[in-house]
Amino acid sequence: MAKLGLVVDLDTCVGCHGCATACKQWNTSGTIGPLSDSDPYGRDPSGAWLNRIRTYEVGDTPNSKTVNMPMSCMHCEDAACVTVCPTGASYKRKEDGIVLVDQDKCMGCNLCSWACPYGARELDPQQGTMKKCTLCVDRIYDERLPEEERKPACVITCPTKSRVFGDFDDPDSEVSKLVRERGGQQLMPELGYNPVNTYLPPRNKKAVEVYEVKPSLGKTVKQWVNKVIAR
Amino acid sequence: MHPAFSVLIFTVTSGAGYGLITLLVLAQLAGLPALQDRTLLLSGTGLALAMITVGLLSSTLHLANPKNAWRAFARFRTSWLSREAVFAVLFYPVALLYLFGIFRQGAELNGFFTVCGALAAGLAMVTLFSTSMIYASLRTIRQWCTPLTPLNYLALGLMSGALWLTALQALLQDKLSPALQGTALGLVLLGTVAKLIYLFWIGKPAGATIRTATGFTQASVRLLDAGHSAGTFLTDEFGYNVAADKLLRLRFAMLGLAFLLPFLLLWQGPALAMLLAALLCMAGLLMERWLFFAEARHVVRLYHGAPRT
Repeated sequence: MAKLGLVVDLDTCVGCHGCATACKQWNTSGTIGPLSDSDPYGRDPSGAWLNRIRTYEVGDTPNSKTVNMPMSCMHCEDAACVTVCPTGASYKRKEDGIVLVDQDKCMGCNLCSWACPYGARELDPQQGTMKKCTLCVDRIYDERLPEEERKPACVITCPTKSRVFGDFDDPDSEVSKLVRERGGQQLMPELGYNPVNTYLPPRNKKAVEVYEVKPSLGKTVKQWVNKVIAR
Repeated sequence: MHPAFSVLIFTVTSGAGYGLITLLVLAQLAGLPALQDRTLLLSGTGLALAMITVGLLSSTLHLANPKNAWRAFARFRTSWLSREAVFAVLFYPVALLYLFGIFRQGAELNGFFTVCGALAAGLAMVTLFSTSMIYASLRTIRQWCTPLTPLNYLALGLMSGALWLTALQALLQDKLSPALQGTALGLVLLGTVAKLIYLFWIGKPAGATIRTATGFTQASVRLLDAGHSAGTFLTDEFGYNVAADKLLRLRFAMLGLAFLLPFLLLWQGPALAMLLAALLCMAGLLMERWLFFAEARHVVRLYHGAPRT
């Protein structure tokens, strides 16, 4: 029994979209079939992506920070998408907790995407079936790959090492340590789906020093005069 | 939420059909004099079955991969959509037996066909309830995740069914049955109250915000970049936006068409006006269902920059 998932470091993510691109590249020829696009080079391109990165401004200027937030399936412990699925296409694996969609059973009713608070599921415009992050299930167990490459494509490609893959059930795993040491947080915990993927908040850094400029004597007198004389 | 037209047609027409057959069976079993009439029972049950069938066929149109629709009975234990499909299919044999019973025996049904009718009425309500629970069970949409959703679906289904039953009775027998008219008036009042409570309730701010969605609960959070230059499946499905003044106008039009006009026509109308009342109510309920979708705001909108749902 394992609880596989990702830790995403919001402190170091630079928002390069490398993880999303690597994900699309790997999974479009992976176990869940193509991640097709509609009108890819046209005026209104669209298509199925399993990972999306959004950028937020947190706090108010000058005490604000730009935060890049990549989001893919959280492989929730109480996955509502699996509960609502009428066909049995969506399922959560007992052995490692990965949530998957059986492409041969899905009827494309969209209900699982409605039940998901994280926007992790997208309908394939050509196949009419639901696509979602597989945690690269076709990579992480592949013994033909060198051991250091048995990780999700997004984790391998991340240039700032902001994505870490591991077993949250193992207290000594890298992900568990990171969550403990950096105060990892779930997104929207109040809905009660208990997402496995955890986000490390930005580190508190010293504020940038701001120098106060003292006005010269002449400028001070000028300000007094301006206050006294009404224009 | 993006209102899919096939789902609007499905929930409104099958809701009216289930309401109609439930009231028809109840009125016949209760021995209402106007309902001891073979022609009315046959045409009422036939109309209900036709509306339910049209609705269910329409519901398959919104499936992106309908060749797997037969698999929808698999997850009866957890999924309300699966339960709805199972109950909708179980309804048919008993409803058709009831229809056959009326065809053979008229209003004087024997025990077997009476039980079939009662079962059909029960399954009709259970199916309608399951439909509403598909929406009410989604914690991601606070405008739906409330007991008011099943209350509205049941009340409006019974209400439109009562209008159709009154219209059929008035047309076939050329005089109004005061009992049916009174029931329909009462159900229109119940539907109005249920809808007004719902509209009041969804107006109150509640639920997740962009702060809990991103985890930055101590600071203000603004979207700088959604990460894509064109629409996505998520923005198409959940980013449906309607101007507030248009929503308000549609709400008034919906209240007038679905509730006020049918009520007035029922109150003081000739027999032919009952048909008009039923048709106006269906148009109003289509608007009501459109608003039910258009006014529902999914939490994914928070990640696309909405401060709250």
